[in-house]
Amino acid sequence: MKRTVPVIIASAVGFVLVIAFFIPRTQAWGETAVLWFNILAAVAFVLGAGNLIKVQLESISARRPGWGFALVTLVAFFTMFIAGMLKIGVFPAGQYPEHAWSGKFDSAGAPFGWMYNYIFSPITATMFASLAFYVASAAFRAFRAKNVEAILLLGTAFVVLIGNTAMARLTDPLPEYLAFLRLDVLVANLMSYVATGVTRAITIGVAVGVAATSLRILLGIDRPYLGRL
Amino acid sequence: MIFDGCRLMAGPALVLLLTWCIATNGALGAPPAPTDVTAEDFPWDDGTNANVRWSFDTAGSDAIQGFRIYRRLTADELAKERVERRVKAAETAFDTSLKSALETATSEATSEEHYFVGDDTPQDRPTKRQAAIDEATKEALKAAAAADGEPLFEFRAIGRAEPDERSFKVTTLARSSSYEFRVTALGIDDSESEAVDAAPVTTRRHAFVGERGFLAAFLFGLCAIIVGAIALARGGFRMKVRRIAGLDALDEAIGRATEMGRPVLFIPGLQDMDNVLTVAGVTILSRVARTAAEYDARLEVPTARSLVMTACRDAVQGAYYAAGRPEAYNPEAIRYITDEQFGYVAYVAGRMVREKPATCIYMGQFYAESLLLSENGNAIHAIQIAGTAETSQLPFFVAACDYTLIGEEFFAASAYLSGEPAQLGSLFGQDIGKMIAVALIVLGVTLATVGAFHVPAAQRAADYLAHTVLKQ
Amino acid sequence: MLQYLSTLDRRVVFLLMGLAVAIPILFPLPLSYKPSVLAQQAFDAIETLPPGSNVVFSFDYDPAASGELQPMANALMYHCGQRKHNLYFMALWAPGAAICSDTIDGILLKRCEGYEYGQNYVELGYQAGLAGVIKIAVTDLRQQFKTDKYGTPLDQIPMMKGIQNLQPMDLLVSVSAGDPGSKEWVQLFVTPFPATKMVTGTTGVQSVSLYTYIPNQIDGMLGAIKGAAEYETIVNAKYPGPDGKPLPELQEGQRRMGPQLTAHLLMVTLIAVGNVVYFMQRKASRRSGHARGAAR
Repeated sequence: MKRTVPVIIASAVGFVLVIAFFIPRTQAWGETAVLWFNILAAVAFVLGAGNLIKVQLESISARRPGWGFALVTLVAFFTMFIAGMLKIGVFPAGQYPEHAWSGKFDSAGAPFGWMYNYIFSPITATMFASLAFYVASAAFRAFRAKNVEAILLLGTAFVVLIGNTAMARLTDPLPEYLAFLRLDVLVANLMSYVATGVTRAITIGVAVGVAATSLRILLGIDRPYLGRL
Repeated sequence: MIFDGCRLMAGPALVLLLTWCIATNGALGAPPAPTDVTAEDFPWDDGTNANVRWSFDTAGSDAIQGFRIYRRLTADELAKERVERRVKAAETAFDTSLKSALETATSEATSEEHYFVGDDTPQDRPTKRQAAIDEATKEALKAAAAADGEPLFEFRAIGRAEPDERSFKVTTLARSSSYEFRVTALGIDDSESEAVDAAPVTTRRHAFVGERGFLAAFLFGLCAIIVGAIALARGGFRMKVRRIAGLDALDEAIGRATEMGRPVLFIPGLQDMDNVLTVAGVTILSRVARTAAEYDARLEVPTARSLVMTACRDAVQGAYYAAGRPEAYNPEAIRYITDEQFGYVAYVAGRMVREKPATCIYMGQFYAESLLLSENGNAIHAIQIAGTAETSQLPFFVAACDYTLIGEEFFAASAYLSGEPAQLGSLFGQDIGKMIAVALIVLGVTLATVGAFHVPAAQRAADYLAHTVLKQ
Repeated sequence: MLQYLSTLDRRVVFLLMGLAVAIPILFPLPLSYKPSVLAQQAFDAIETLPPGSNVVFSFDYDPAASGELQPMANALMYHCGQRKHNLYFMALWAPGAAICSDTIDGILLKRCEGYEYGQNYVELGYQAGLAGVIKIAVTDLRQQFKTDKYGTPLDQIPMMKGIQNLQPMDLLVSVSAGDPGSKEWVQLFVTPFPATKMVTGTTGVQSVSLYTYIPNQIDGMLGAIKGAAEYETIVNAKYPGPDGKPLPELQEGQRRMGPQLTAHLLMVTLIAVGNVVYFMQRKASRRSGHARGAAR
């Protein structure tokens, strides 16, 4: 029973979603199934938040190495949570000026919006910006001309790296019969034909793989949600 | 006499010339109207579409820039249009008459935005302002009532067709409702022909969406092939799977972690359980967890979604039970961090630098964080095995990780690791599906190439394949 | 030297990259760009629309991708504003709505004349639901967006009258950093309803997967900061500021190409140096291998 019921639920809902795409009368059932998932995910968020608080509190109480980070995590979590949930400092919406909570929680000027714009956004942008350093480090370490394929890769990398900068104009003076060697033309051709072709091939393989994996789950051959091998 | 003859001929010649001008280029009038206008319920759809067809003399196609299709407004839509028109008339009248009333009420110009009255005494202002507002309100009510009397055009333009088209698909209609359409021709000089009405048509929901017929055939055909291959495998047919280095290295990588006394870090991607890559990642996690349980290696699984945390806990617990090590299962090793992409990456990167896992396994859906994670793993000299179907992130994993499962290899992992006949059979079916896709590509390319050499049949076949079969 | 380079600490690489990016920001490089075909196509798609056309403008990115996408969003919005198109703003990413408002304040209201809220531009804001938002908005916009971003019912907004869904839109402009984004717009809106043109601005990484859709579904694409710089070049030439010079807000993409040039040159140099070290080490190990063989 413990193993059969989840498999039946997963299979039934999965097949309903597939059928709903083709049979109009069942479309509403598919939309309902998606709504159920959204509700479950929202409820599970409470579980996740509870787990986060529990783990960080344990880290603080046991004074494990790095417990200060756990304290920072909890302070940040509760500050944003309370500021957003209670809509502290939010201006009422124009239509309902007498209701203090009628405005949006992330409206400009409110503490939540301020923290989002001046703390969270710059931190996120900084993390993303650190990619530039990691790319350089990866390029220095990993790009070696060990074999023919690697040499082709390196050649392409040089063309694309230089072709995507102002230095691409250095090849503009090439005569018309050698126009295909201009860097901007080379980059466009590489992206439009070579890269696109490869991407399409991988995408087709992935699509077939997704279909096979989904079918295995619908038929109960794979049961990752059940935790039994 | 010749001169008299010319004068006699001039009149009829002029009439003929004018008639010719009108007939050929419509310079002095509207283009000819379309004929045989019909509307029918779109076949095999969800009941929200209709097809409008018409005929038009192709000789006159040069004189038009297209066709305009109209739909009669329903009773509800008409009522709503009337209300909107009344409101707009009232608003416009209020603004205009209030402004003029205030201007006449004072000796100086008023500011439109604030209706500030200039020369009046402070005591006069409220009274004069109120009188001006009252008068403007009366004018606005009159204008609104007058708007009611104006005829409302009951047909709304819903689309245009090109001069060489003879049909138009109308969408977003209500099911089981009656509609009326009309079609006009648009002249090059923006003139419009007489409208020709089609008979009313009622939309009907059908049992199947016909436009997706080919897609359904492909999908169910592929599923049938996979099921057949599974049955074949269960029946004893031996299937050979090529070696996938990344999956073969899993056991060795986990063993390395055990020897070094450092944890194994598993990241099931950054998306939720509704993403098939995450589901595939969790499936691989159960295999990795079983091996970790058998080798007594410490496993850590930080997740970016709460539902994924729950699913991973179930998967790992089941794996530990299956390995006969239930007491070694630690639920706290699988924890939820944050939904936010870079917050999650910051946690994992920090954890890597502090805990220095010996093995890092990335299996799931990744975005920009792929390089951040794998470069950090490189810095701590961990063995890294990655698998994703996200094509934009594959190059980063290939550059930074020791082993990478590319695209469908990632989906094959579960079957490869288990070795069960049913799972291997699905791999075989998957490969047959790919071969069918390759055959279609070869067919389409051949037809298009032959068609480019002015072979009409090949061109038609290529168009049919591209625009009917594959346009789903 | 060879030994030092082969064991080079990656922090040295980080420092070099930091300098390569910082110096051109502090001392801008005067660079010029020839617009690519794709950037020109994107420009033409907006330019050839009659003034007053309906354009849906989707902000599908967060602050992390702003560095790459904000310049193109500015340029695209300025161009649409100069053409006096009716703009329907929305966001599929939660931070996108705030970025949209900031861009409107900084570009549309500041640099384009005649724009009044509700008359020729409206902010629908962000709705949760990822790609599902597109799916529903394409057939019934009001089911997804009952009010605009500020809580005003759509029925009370003049420019929303008669707009039941996104199908009457003449053009879709999607500035996107990932999922949901341009790809979902192509799959769920432009492919089933091909009457609407589409112009997209994306990150460099995502642009590779979108080439597949050019030119049937996507009429023009701006890929990465280079695409933004090219587009700015075209827009500044056609619509300069009041003093005849390019607007400062529309030079950001070109400004950021300086650090891109130096960073790319650094990466090419690092790759070359790494390969030189690799080959020299291989040669040295072969030589020592031969010497050992000879000694035996």
